[in-house]
Amino acid sequence: MAIAPPANSTRGVSIEFQNIEKRYGVRLALRGVSLRIDAGECVALVGANGSGKTTLIKIAALLVRPTSGRVSFWGSGSAHPLDDPLDVKRRIGMVAHHILLYDDLTAEENLELFAKLYGLDRPRERAVAALEPAGLISRRADPVRDFSRGMRQRLAIARALLPSPGLLLLDEPATGLDPAGQHWLGETLARIHQAGCTILMSTHGASEVHSIVTRAVRLAAGCLAEDSAPSGDPQRMLAAALAAEQGT
Amino acid sequence: MATLSASVPARAGAPGRAHSAQLIETLLVALLLGIAGYSALFVAPTERTMGVIQRIFYFHVPSWWSAFVAFSIVLVANLAYLRGRNPKWDWLGVSAAEVGVAFVTVGLVTGPIWAHPVWGIWWTWDARLTSAFVLWVLYVSYLLLRNLIEEPERRAVISAVFGIFAAVDIPLVYFSIWFFRTQHPQPVIGDGGSLDPTMGKVLLLCWAAMLGILVLMVRQRYRVEALRWDVDRLRLEAAQSANESTAR
Amino acid sequence: MAFARPTAVLLGKELQTEFRTRELLTTTVVFVLMVLVLFSFTFDPTSVESRRFAPGLLWLTLLFAGSLMLHPSFTREQTNDTLAALRLAPIDPTAILGAKILANGCFLLVAEALLLPIFAALYNLHVWQVLGRFCVVLFLGTLALATIGTVFSAISSQARMREMLLPLLLLPVLTPALIASTEATAGLFDETPYLSPQWVGLLVAFDAIFLTVTWLFGEYLLEE
Repeated sequence: MAIAPPANSTRGVSIEFQNIEKRYGVRLALRGVSLRIDAGECVALVGANGSGKTTLIKIAALLVRPTSGRVSFWGSGSAHPLDDPLDVKRRIGMVAHHILLYDDLTAEENLELFAKLYGLDRPRERAVAALEPAGLISRRADPVRDFSRGMRQRLAIARALLPSPGLLLLDEPATGLDPAGQHWLGETLARIHQAGCTILMSTHGASEVHSIVTRAVRLAAGCLAEDSAPSGDPQRMLAAALAAEQGT
Repeated sequence: MATLSASVPARAGAPGRAHSAQLIETLLVALLLGIAGYSALFVAPTERTMGVIQRIFYFHVPSWWSAFVAFSIVLVANLAYLRGRNPKWDWLGVSAAEVGVAFVTVGLVTGPIWAHPVWGIWWTWDARLTSAFVLWVLYVSYLLLRNLIEEPERRAVISAVFGIFAAVDIPLVYFSIWFFRTQHPQPVIGDGGSLDPTMGKVLLLCWAAMLGILVLMVRQRYRVEALRWDVDRLRLEAAQSANESTAR
Repeated sequence: MAFARPTAVLLGKELQTEFRTRELLTTTVVFVLMVLVLFSFTFDPTSVESRRFAPGLLWLTLLFAGSLMLHPSFTREQTNDTLAALRLAPIDPTAILGAKILANGCFLLVAEALLLPIFAALYNLHVWQVLGRFCVVLFLGTLALATIGTVFSAISSQARMREMLLPLLLLPVLTPALIASTEATAGLFDETPYLSPQWVGLLVAFDAIFLTVTWLFGEYLLEE
């Protein structure tokens, strides 16, 4: 059963960080980060713990306000940046550190709730349609509290994909997934990347997911330390980052 | 041994000059307070019915007015902080709140001291006194709330919003208690009747002295907050330098 | 429409969650009953005295019950960081607060509906003839409690000692509403029942003012 994706669906959103600084009290989590990600890119964000990856992703999701600097978004093919934050949020899907789902509601109820909040038509059908590819259709009427860790992560990813986002933000999405789950994640990301979605993903391991990455960016102590864009070879940087982390 | 990368920034003006200016101001206020105290005790005519104890009125009433000035500063600081997120407004807010609580405490203590010899009771739930008590609890809660939130930015935002609620509440509190008392009358501790002109002048003089104290105390407290900020920043920089040098 | 629809959707979710478990409701009702019984030991609930004390008792009890019941409003949203999920969605952040205020108001009103007959019976109050006017006072007072309680629940959920902090913050700020509700209720249970326009007016002003302040500044409380 096919449901037409919402308008402005997976046509990629481009995002630009201009001199982003984020301060928590006296601590600088991000300092002067400038980065432009074009529509359709798949960017892997690497760096040690505490380097500011999560903060940067949250700023992209408009969850955290930068202390100074600006983040701008462009719809696909548009010269003017999107100025309505609600319009931007409508095009963003996020997989965060927490699963962002209600334990007391069933899988179906959770997705239906978010479908309604995102203003999607026929929310119930969309919810069911989203459960199917995640392999959760058999558990649709079970409360999320009863789900295993892997299933919760799958549902979280399904939730992020509900509005057919133009920009997908992922904070270590492979956490909690077994190899089958990681394979599913890799396939899902490849599919929506093909449809034109921009992806910004912070990652530690899971090479399953790395195959679609077009660019890698490394943060260190809140600064942009390395960008694979000039060389055009993200895999080398990813491999180096992985080795560095496993070494420490 | 890592050296600090940032030097300690100088406060506005050379330290020597700021120090002597502060000393002069303190002396001036002390002088003013001395004159005011002398006037209250010796210059002002003795009140007919209440006698000498009535002289406490010259400190009881201005302490309320000063408290209101302090709490007005808190409200302005709260609003300004929410608008610009400059931490200095937060420092001003907490300084003025603490000084305001001190003045309310003075009022709440001098009230019964005055009341007991005159009316034979320590406390009466009259409109002003009761409102003052609620005011005291409100701003003590403001300070307590701040103590219970660790992260500086969250603390500033949350206490600013609470501060606005508290400030808006004050006229409602006063009015509701006043109207309640018109329906259920009780003895009133107060300065009923018209005021002798000399008494009026002494009252204003005492108020001026109290405002002088208010300004000094708020400024000192503000400086403490600013210093605390500097210390935190320096500590953080020292820790970061230490990390960087061990990493090398 | 970024406000009305999401508020309705979230209100539906709040009601759905609560009526599935009914934990808040049952605990609140039991707590209030217990307090009412305990209070009856502090004075003799014969007719004259009870008519004098009953209004204050009712509202104080509701206040304490409310401060317990409103507490999970935002602490619940910390599980799985669902508050972030709501903030991610393309909705006006004030809708989150609005939905919770309405939901908490509903829960309180349901609890009051259950408690009222019992309260009237325990203290021999003739509620029936003033029922309509009493409902007006109940509604306005409950709205005050729900509004401030929900906002302060958002505040206290981000601090330490949150269980104690919520009542501590709530009670002084609610003083005007408490006085107004009690006095208005007392007027209704008087020998010649009357509804005081001044106290009702104060309640209306209280609600209007704080709903406006919530509208203007509430969203800052939800930030990260």
